[in-house]
Amino acid sequence: MTPANLKYTKSHEWVKQEPDGSVTVGITHHAQEMLGDVVFVEAPAVGRQVMQGEECAVVESVKAAADIYAPLSGEVLAANSKLADAPEKINADAYAAWIFKLKPSSPAEIGGLLDAAAYQAVADAEQH
Amino acid sequence: MTALKTTPLNAIHREMGARMVDFGGWDMPLHYGSQLEEHHAVRRDCGMFDVAHMSVVDLHGARTRDFLRTLLANDVAKLKTIGRALYSCMLNEAGGVIDDLIVYFVAESHFRLVINAGTTDKDLTWLRRHAPAFGIEVHHRTDLGILGVQGPQARAKVIALLSPDLMQAAAALAPFSAAWSGDHFVGRTGYTGEDGFELIVLAGELESFWRKLFTAGVRPCGLGARDTLRLEAGMNLYGQDMDESTTPLETGLAWTVVLDASRDFFGKNALLNAPPMRHALGLILSDKGVMRGHQVVMTVHGDGEITSGGFGPTLERSIALARVPLAVAPGDRVSVEVRGKNLRAQVVKPPFVRNGKILVNIQ
Repeated sequence: MTPANLKYTKSHEWVKQEPDGSVTVGITHHAQEMLGDVVFVEAPAVGRQVMQGEECAVVESVKAAADIYAPLSGEVLAANSKLADAPEKINADAYAAWIFKLKPSSPAEIGGLLDAAAYQAVADAEQH
Repeated sequence: MTALKTTPLNAIHREMGARMVDFGGWDMPLHYGSQLEEHHAVRRDCGMFDVAHMSVVDLHGARTRDFLRTLLANDVAKLKTIGRALYSCMLNEAGGVIDDLIVYFVAESHFRLVINAGTTDKDLTWLRRHAPAFGIEVHHRTDLGILGVQGPQARAKVIALLSPDLMQAAAALAPFSAAWSGDHFVGRTGYTGEDGFELIVLAGELESFWRKLFTAGVRPCGLGARDTLRLEAGMNLYGQDMDESTTPLETGLAWTVVLDASRDFFGKNALLNAPPMRHALGLILSDKGVMRGHQVVMTVHGDGEITSGGFGPTLERSIALARVPLAVAPGDRVSVEVRGKNLRAQVVKPPFVRNGKILVNIQ
């Protein structure tokens, strides 16, 4: 359930390293399961500079609003406009429904992200 | 940590894949996969809710009607036919809402109350404090449990499961009335804005009713859908839209308060002496986002506050109930502070949805 080719944060974002050096960001399957049906996604503005750990998007479900944090510092390259009209795509496939793309300004930060096994341990701990 | 209380359906919720949550000390189902699908099932077909955490209280005594005329802000003198039900607030002497409840007229010496789970202890204390003066026996029916079965197909599904003697009476029920046979009690009431029944049966029978209804195609629904359904229906949630610090006149419940000279009741003087400064109205968010409880509503007449907010799946918009200055009226444009931004909203008169139909004009 937790893809091995991605990196993760403790705050439940997934990070995919693209061949061009950019990264794609979304929320994990566990995160969408905790949130319930997603009804609104507010993505960051393209061109915005974000710091690692900074609030930069919001995912609202029928239950609650969740802040999405920048997993890395950098510039927002793109936001997934399809989620504005179809936020439920996050529930359907959290790893396909990306929220934004970043151009990292401090690539070394990637080394501090969690691998799939470490993230799975974080998610499992929350289930109990 | 104290253990959560459970209803007799706890194991079956888990078996059916429910995500369980702590709801005021009760371990209850939030949803069984998709809260949105459960919501739509009730609007379009039918769904069922475990509401066995709520309490049934039977009042017995020759003067039960007099007792309730003193205890309740609505007037049980309106209950002229056996089986009729009435929605009312029970107030303290300051006019604050101790609880909102449904009272059923079973017999002149027997009325039945259905009260909220979180208020049960204080309600019983209040009822028992005033019962002796009227010679009333207060009987908390912990042996019974309640199931809500709601939606356009709900009544047909329930009727098919009833004993022959109750079947005909249940089929003939007018809205806001009840029929019973032995320990089975069927009220045509609910908390969703749809047609349906609330079934009161022995706690030990809940599981068998739940399984039979499930087999008949009734969808299990959690507290999540219950909340969005009642919000669209413009119905108050105790503890959120009102409590002991608010009067029914401030929370959209003036229609349930009878202030005529024919009787005195707890809270009446307070209501007469302190006219409300604010009232409750509905909001529909024009901008993208989701309104939530406690957010500030900015109007040209002063600020108000959202008491319940969320996403209305039938309207596909964020909707809210809000307490605002008296001068604010349906049709007004206001703004709501949502997570640091001022978003535009339209003021409407609730309900937003009834019987599957949207009743407000979204501008």
